[in-house]
Amino acid sequence: MDFLPLYLSAKLAVITTSVLILISAPLAYALVYAKWPGKFLFEALVNLPIALPPTVTGLYLLYLLGPQGYLGAIWKEVFGGTLLFTFAGIVIATAVYNLPFAVQPIKATFEKIDPRLRENAYVLGISPVATFFRVMIPNCINGIAAAAILVFLHSLGAFGVVLMVGGSISGETRVASIAIYEAVETMNFSEAWILSLAFLPVSYFLLLLVNRLTRR
Amino acid sequence: MGLRAILRKKTEYFSIDVDFFCPEGKTLVLIGPSGAGKTTIIRMLAGLDRPDDGRITFRGKVIFDADRDICLPPQKRDLGYVFQDFTLFPHLTIHGNASFAAKDKNDVDHLINYFGLAHLRDRKPHQVSGGERQRCAICQALARRPDLLLLDEPFSALDVVTRRGLRAELKKIKEERGLSVVFVTHDIHEALFIANSILPIVDGKVDRDWLEHITSPSSPRDAQPRAVREPKLALVY
Repeated sequence: MDFLPLYLSAKLAVITTSVLILISAPLAYALVYAKWPGKFLFEALVNLPIALPPTVTGLYLLYLLGPQGYLGAIWKEVFGGTLLFTFAGIVIATAVYNLPFAVQPIKATFEKIDPRLRENAYVLGISPVATFFRVMIPNCINGIAAAAILVFLHSLGAFGVVLMVGGSISGETRVASIAIYEAVETMNFSEAWILSLAFLPVSYFLLLLVNRLTRR
Repeated sequence: MGLRAILRKKTEYFSIDVDFFCPEGKTLVLIGPSGAGKTTIIRMLAGLDRPDDGRITFRGKVIFDADRDICLPPQKRDLGYVFQDFTLFPHLTIHGNASFAAKDKNDVDHLINYFGLAHLRDRKPHQVSGGERQRCAICQALARRPDLLLLDEPFSALDVVTRRGLRAELKKIKEERGLSVVFVTHDIHEALFIANSILPIVDGKVDRDWLEHITSPSSPRDAQPRAVREPKLALVY
């Protein structure tokens, strides 16, 4: 029985969630409060992975992260390797795919905050950046934590984009969801069941936590 | 010196067009019915709303000038602002709120004692009364050591007794610190107690007739505030 896919899934979920929260919190803040031309166009772009089938997003990413794509070329220039079929590649793919799932709940949390709290910070001389860290983040921490858990769960079960960009390389990109699929394909049901059962308590406990965090 | 403001702004229902002066160390009260544009005016002074046209100077420093495209953000206007409702930061204690933007931590302790909040310093805003929250909001604004204090109906959500006490405390500390104050209210009693001068605002314009109407002898006597009936408390505007 190979438990490495479970470890890889957990590692992928932790790294993707950390990266996404760091990106999504300021992005959501800018989407709620900043005024800039074309904001709605940008927001639609951020939300695109919700509307597209994962395999379609995966195909675009396959091109973008490949040696001919912009990101793949930059990566090769800086690190000297390829992004496709690597762990770093599936982290980027999962992050792109989950971006709207992180941005939207955090944005909703920011929108719920009384705008006068932010105005009060401003008239007290606090800069917008300091207001973000000193007022918005502490008052949205439950919403951000809930978004992080949902992204973590979503990343834990990532399948389509991971398969497209990473394939199934043992110890590198063969995460649990792909291992389960392959186990079923090869009629190895006991492995499929064991891996699947590992997801159940984790997912259930984390959903309970989300409910608790978002309960008013 | 003092605060000079010429403000013009189109709102959904009317245009604001006012020109007023608040001398250094004095209290100017903007009074008028609800929806008259008082809050928009004070928000423009604070930099939270931008006027369409006009000019604001305080102590000779230009903080807004439409012609020269100068509009200092609220952070650079060096003023204190107390909102109508309670806008304390819910994640901080009373002391944390009062010292949020304090220039001198010792001053925070002095203010907390002055406003009778010392025994509540470790409580969160939701654990204290409305009056105590508004006292803390005033502490928070004063701890920044502003020269100009803007108050937008700060006591409107409080009961009469608490309101009276807070008015007196505010008036005393304003005298102690030599603050210039712009105070928004729709309560003539409050205005007469706290004001050095009164600016009646109706539909975004200065309307002295409105003030004379509500304080005239032809108004039902019961509706007149005691202060208006007593000649020694003269109305100044």
